[in-house]
Amino acid sequence: MTAQLVQNPIARRHSSRPVLARRAGRKSLLGWAFVAPFAIVFLAFLVAPLLYALYLSLFQTQLIGGTRFVFLGNYLKAFTDPNFLDGIWFVLRFSLVLIPVQMAVSLAVAVILDMLSNAFARFSRLMIFLPYAIPAVIGALMWGFLYSKSFGPLAEFFGAFGMTGPDLLSRDLIFFGLLNIVTWQWAGYYMIIIYAALQGIDSTLYEAARIDGANQWQIVLRIKIPLIAPALVLILVFALIGTLQFFNEPEILRYLAAGAISADFTPNMYAYEQAFALANYNYGSAISFALGAIVFVCVYIFMFITRKRGSFLS
Amino acid sequence: MIVAVATVALTGALVGCTSGEGAGESTAGGNDATNCTNTIPKSDLPVVTMWAWYPNMELVVDNFNEQNDEVQVCWTNVGQGSDEYDKFQTAITAGTGAPDVIMIEADRIPTFQIQEALVDITDLGYADVKGDYSEGAWKDVSVGDGVYGVPVDGGPMGMIYRADIFEQYDITPPTTWAEYEAAAQKMKDAGGPLFGDLGANVPAVMMALQYQNGAQPFTYDSATPEEIGIRLNDDASKEVLDYWAGLAEKGLVGKQDQFTPEYIAGVIGGDYATYISAAWAPGYLTGAGVGEGEDAGAWRVAPLPQWDPSNPVSVNWGGSAFSVTSQASNPELAAKVALGVYADDASLADGWQNQVIFPLHLSALNSQEFIDYEVPFFGGQQANKEVYVPAANAYTGMTYTPFGQYYFDAFTEQLAAINEGSITGSEAADRLQDDIVSYAQEQGFTVD
Repeated sequence: MTAQLVQNPIARRHSSRPVLARRAGRKSLLGWAFVAPFAIVFLAFLVAPLLYALYLSLFQTQLIGGTRFVFLGNYLKAFTDPNFLDGIWFVLRFSLVLIPVQMAVSLAVAVILDMLSNAFARFSRLMIFLPYAIPAVIGALMWGFLYSKSFGPLAEFFGAFGMTGPDLLSRDLIFFGLLNIVTWQWAGYYMIIIYAALQGIDSTLYEAARIDGANQWQIVLRIKIPLIAPALVLILVFALIGTLQFFNEPEILRYLAAGAISADFTPNMYAYEQAFALANYNYGSAISFALGAIVFVCVYIFMFITRKRGSFLS
Repeated sequence: MIVAVATVALTGALVGCTSGEGAGESTAGGNDATNCTNTIPKSDLPVVTMWAWYPNMELVVDNFNEQNDEVQVCWTNVGQGSDEYDKFQTAITAGTGAPDVIMIEADRIPTFQIQEALVDITDLGYADVKGDYSEGAWKDVSVGDGVYGVPVDGGPMGMIYRADIFEQYDITPPTTWAEYEAAAQKMKDAGGPLFGDLGANVPAVMMALQYQNGAQPFTYDSATPEEIGIRLNDDASKEVLDYWAGLAEKGLVGKQDQFTPEYIAGVIGGDYATYISAAWAPGYLTGAGVGEGEDAGAWRVAPLPQWDPSNPVSVNWGGSAFSVTSQASNPELAAKVALGVYADDASLADGWQNQVIFPLHLSALNSQEFIDYEVPFFGGQQANKEVYVPAANAYTGMTYTPFGQYYFDAFTEQLAAINEGSITGSEAADRLQDDIVSYAQEQGFTVD
C-alpha cells in the first residue's frame, strides 16, 4: 500500500511522456529504495517471525520422542484444550464487562471536559490521562499494594467501620480487581481520542441546534455522539483487541496472588507459559495463532454489527 | 484494513515470544564472557561463565578467582528461580546462549537433564569430592546413575514458630501432625492468631510433607527415560492434602500465598504462629524485614512434626546445586568451577554465618563452630544442633519429576481450589494425578 502511494505520483507525472519511460522505470526503482527501510524492518521483524511461528505451530515436540510434523494437530488440540478455552472464556467475559465500563467513563469525562475550557479542565485532562503514561507493570504493582489486606487503604477504610474489606486479589474478586486496574489505565487514553474528535466538530452546528431550541443534553445525544461515532468504533476495536490479548496485569499480579491467577489465566499467558516455562514452543505458537484467529473473528463480528453507524474500516 | 488489524493482533500475541528471546540472549553472555558482574583478576586465564543468585555470590566468586591459577569465573545474576530457568530454557531451545555453569534447585535438575542440557560429572571430578557430601545430598542432584550437579545448600525442614505466642497460649511445640492440629484448635479457641498457612504457591512444601508420610510421587530413572511412575493420589498423599484442607476449612491456618509482601506483613504482625519451612528461611525472612521490630528474638525452631512418630522422616524443601551445561565449551574446566567455587572454607563460612545457605559440604556441616552456632534470628537458639543438622543427616533424598514446572503449576491450581473450599484434599489429589498422567503421556512417556 505504501509502495503504491509513492509510485503513483511519479508514474502519473511521466505517463504522458513516453520518451522518459526508461527513466521512469529507474525512478520507480528509486521509489522501492525509499520504501526499503520500512519494508526491511517490516519483513524482518514482523512477517518473518510470524511465518516462523506459523511453521513452528505445525510441529509437535515431546520430551520423549522428539519433534514430528502434525500439521493442524496443535490447533485441534488448542480448541479442545480446557485450559485454553477457559482462558478465552475469561477474556470474552472480561471484554463484555470492561469495554462498556471503560467507554462510559471515557465518554462521560471527554464530554464534560469538552464543555469546559478553563485551567481546571486542562489540569483534569492531564490528570486523567496520566495513568496511561505510567508503565503497565508499575501500575499493576501499585494496585497490587493498594489492594493489600494488611496495609492497603481499602482494608483500613473498612477496618474503620469494624468490617473486613473485600480482597480484590482473591479468586472470587480478582475479576473486579483487574477490571479496575485496566479501566484506570486506559480510560484516560480513550478519553483523549474522544476529546480530540469532539474538538473537531464544527461549533456552528451547536449554534444552529441552540437556535432550534436544543438543550445541552440534546446537543450531546443528537449531535456530539453521532458525530464522534467513528472514533468510538475505533477505540472499541482497540479495546477489544487489547483485552483479548490480556497479559501484563495478570502476569504481574501473579507474583502477589498465584492462587487466584493460574499460569493459564488468559490465552496469552498460556502461550507464554507453554513456550518459555514448559519449552513447548510449538504449542505456544499454535495458541498464539489460535488466539489471533479468535481476535480476528471477534473484530470482524463487531465491525459487521457496527457497519452502518461507523465509517471507520468500512 | 481488516487484514491489517488482524496482523496487529497476531503480532501482539507474539510479543511475549520475541521479547523473551531477546532478554535471554542479551543477558546470557554465552561463552564470550564480556559482561561479567565481577572483575576477573587474572585475565590471561581461560574463563568459565556462570549464572547464580546466591546473595553472597560476588564474594564467593572473588575468593575462587583469587585462589585459582587455572581458570577464572565470569559470573552473572540473571534472576532467581523461575526467572533464571525461563532464560536457561530459551537458551537450551536456541542451542546457544547458556552459561557454562548454572545454579539450579535440586527439584529442577531432572527437568533439564531430560532435555540433555546438563553434563554428567561422574567422570569429571565427582570421585574426588564424593566424600565431601552426604548420600542424600548426592541423590538429590542425581538422575539414575548420573550426577548432574554439585550440591551447595540444602533445605532440611523444620517448624519455625513464635515463642512469645506459644507462651501466651500455653502451647508446647507439637511433635506430630495430630498434635499440631490440636494445638491449632486450642489457639483458635483461645482467640489466638492462625497457627500456620497453606500457600497455594508453595506446592513443594506439600510434596515434601507427602514424602514425609511415605508417598513416592515419582519413580524415574535416566536409564529408561521414557518410563515414569506417577503416584500422586495414593493414601499417603491424600492423607496429607485432606489434613491440610481440613486445617484450612476449620480456619486453623491461613490461605495466603507465601513469598508475598502480604504474607510477610502477616508474619511480622504475628498473624501466623508457625511457619513450616526450611533451613534457608531465617536468611530469607531476615532479608524481608522479619525479626527486626516487635518480633525480634521471638522466633524459635523445632523439628518438623511427624506423621508417624515411631518412624520419623526428614524432608527437604529447596536447596541448590551447580550444574555444568551441555553448552559448555570446555566441560572439564566448567566442572572444576562447579566443584570448587562454593567449596572453600571462607565462602562456606560467610554463607552460613549470614544465613544465606545451609551448607551441604561436610567440612562446614560437621564443623563444631557451625553445629554450636547460636543463630541470632532464633534468639541465640542453637538451631543447627537442635534441628537442622539432625534433619539434614537423616535426609535420604527425594526423586523429582522431569516436568517439574508443569507439576508445580498444576499442584498450585489444586491447592488454590482447596483453599477456595470447592474440593477436598482427596479430590485434589485425584485431579492432580489425572492431570499429570495425561501430560506425561502427551509428552511421550510410558506411565506406570
